[in-house]
Amino acid sequence: MRVVVCVKQVPNPEIAASQFRVDEQAKTVVPVPGVALVMSPFDEQAVEAALRLRDRGHDVTITVVSMGTESARAVIKHGLAMGADDGVLLVDPAFEGADSYATALALSRAIGKIGGVDLVLAGRQAADWDAGVVGAGIAEMLGWPLVSFARELRVDGRAARVERMLDEGTEIIAAELPAVVTVSNELGAPRAPTLRETMRAGRKPVAVWSVADLGLETGEVGAQGARCMRERLFIPEKRSRCEFVEGGSPREQAANLARRLREAKLV
Amino acid sequence: MADARGVLVVAELVQRRPSRLTRELLGLARRLAREAGGPAAAALLGDAGEETAQELIAYGADAVYVAAHPGLAEYHSEAWTAYVAHISREAAPAAILIGHGAAGGDLAPRLAFRLDTAVATGCVEARVEGGRLLFTRPCYGGNAREVVSFRTPPAVATFRAGACGAASRDGTRRGEVRHVLLDAGAAARRTRVVERKRDDAGGTRLEDARVVVAGGRGLNGPEGFRLLERLAQLLGGAVGASRVPCDLGWCPRSWQIGLTGRTVTPELYIAVGISGAGHHMAGCGGAGAIVAVNTDPEAAIYRDARYGVVGDYQQLLPPLIEEIERFNSRDRQAAS
Ligand SMILES: Cc1cc2nc3c(=O)[nH]c(=O)nc-3n(C[C@H](O)[C@H](O)[C@H](O)COP(=O)(O)OP(=O)(O)OC[C@H]3O[C@@H](n4cnc5c(N)ncnc54)[C@H](O)[C@@H]3O)c2cc1C
Repeated sequence: MRVVVCVKQVPNPEIAASQFRVDEQAKTVVPVPGVALVMSPFDEQAVEAALRLRDRGHDVTITVVSMGTESARAVIKHGLAMGADDGVLLVDPAFEGADSYATALALSRAIGKIGGVDLVLAGRQAADWDAGVVGAGIAEMLGWPLVSFARELRVDGRAARVERMLDEGTEIIAAELPAVVTVSNELGAPRAPTLRETMRAGRKPVAVWSVADLGLETGEVGAQGARCMRERLFIPEKRSRCEFVEGGSPREQAANLARRLREAKLV
Repeated sequence: MADARGVLVVAELVQRRPSRLTRELLGLARRLAREAGGPAAAALLGDAGEETAQELIAYGADAVYVAAHPGLAEYHSEAWTAYVAHISREAAPAAILIGHGAAGGDLAPRLAFRLDTAVATGCVEARVEGGRLLFTRPCYGGNAREVVSFRTPPAVATFRAGACGAASRDGTRRGEVRHVLLDAGAAARRTRVVERKRDDAGGTRLEDARVVVAGGRGLNGPEGFRLLERLAQLLGGAVGASRVPCDLGWCPRSWQIGLTGRTVTPELYIAVGISGAGHHMAGCGGAGAIVAVNTDPEAAIYRDARYGVVGDYQQLLPPLIEEIERFNSRDRQAAS
């Protein structure tokens, strides 16, 4: 079975709000020195989901695909060190400024070019723009079924059996393959690369494809192919107006809080 | 869809009635439709029937497209996408508004691609400026916000609760009800729901609660939630959590509030042992007033809080509960 995992490189999403900067003119996020670029956590869990299929005895070939700049090679390497078999890096200046639409277009073409793919996995959303669109877009562009927000993935013959998150529970969906599944954090922690796999990863093949390699025109991808435009990017202002409720003891603090809440008609 | 006009809301029901979020979206749709021109319409899928369609009209829809089919009563990705796409082509709106949840988060992107357009997810604001629709959405875990516009109609967008006040109900409003028939076809059969497991939703839905008491890693274990439950019960509220206790199995998954959890807009949000990461605040920042209980006076949550108490929750909550019980019994005496 051939599995493709789409992964994105993002700035460490656990960054403290106080470190975060944007360039309002350029409408871009300013890289902070010392903040690492990492594989988006949900994508890491998508790689984990693929590896768990292998752990359960399925014969899987796992390809990690990333669209980005040359630096995105690092997240492909990370996927390979986790245990994936090979990688594809989509780099081209024309990819820059892509929205979710243009990204899904490029990735779905790459999946077509890889060929014979049974299952595409992606994180439920990338931890930079938090959109959660690309996985669904790939499914629509390929005309495949989509199961989003997976917490568990199994494959049973020619169907994926996915437990997906609902607002108040879960449901199990059986989807015919080929299909696209997006993975949620409820899947559980991804494995850390072992030393042995990390050593092996250096020898695994990584193909590099450009816009032309995907049979696309530069006008269809990146900023030119985007259907959504960013008009503004800003950091929301927070006017801290916290009233700290004091007291000589926890009991007194609690009583003072209760009184303040009562005065404000909140309790 | 060159002559796209008006706004379409995809209705979400709770016990056959429009959810609070749907009522908010109808209010938003009316405002956007007034400013950009065209009608406010709603898509109603499922087996709810005429009465629910009339409710949507009472809350602001000029027209309701009804796809009455028992198979649509619960969200099904393939079938809902096919039906809503069909209704969208018929209604040809300039914008489609959908609630941001497990269903909307699945539907909206698929719908957008099927209609050959883009989507803005998790929006908190929409407005018309110079005849163009603009949508504001948090990104980078709530650290930033972006305003986006669309090059292609319709603009598909999902909204978090609290983006707009709920529309007021007017039972005298009249609107048109149109029935939609469609064979969702072979595509709908490619996926099948094998089983659904609902967490027992005993009390008030988090989205509808006036008070939410939420716990985080600082509870140090599942037992802390018993205290939170007592407080919530006393206040007629619901209990929620940050992602950490959900991941650790201290509480049900469905209690998670935040970026990838639920969005709540209670009058009062009591955050206990929660540090206030942007990812969490994305789900509760719209609360009327936040009370933070935390041992760390430097915790980020105090920047969002209205009231702060610095201390150990295990020492603070029991007397708080007693004090509120005292208020309540005094109220009862005064009333009798
Ligand atoms: C892409 C992404 C998406 C995410 N989505 C979500 C989401 O949807 N929802 C969400 O909540 N998180 C989400 N997170 C996680 C988020 O970044 C934080 O890690 C998480 O919210 C922290 O939870 P916490 O505040 O409970 O824990 P911590 O940050 O560990 O904070 C615990 C707090 O408890 C306090 N404390 C300790 N002991 C006590 C005591 N005895 N009494 C009182 N206070 C005490 C501490 O001072 C501390 O402030 C996401 C993360 C990523 C990367």
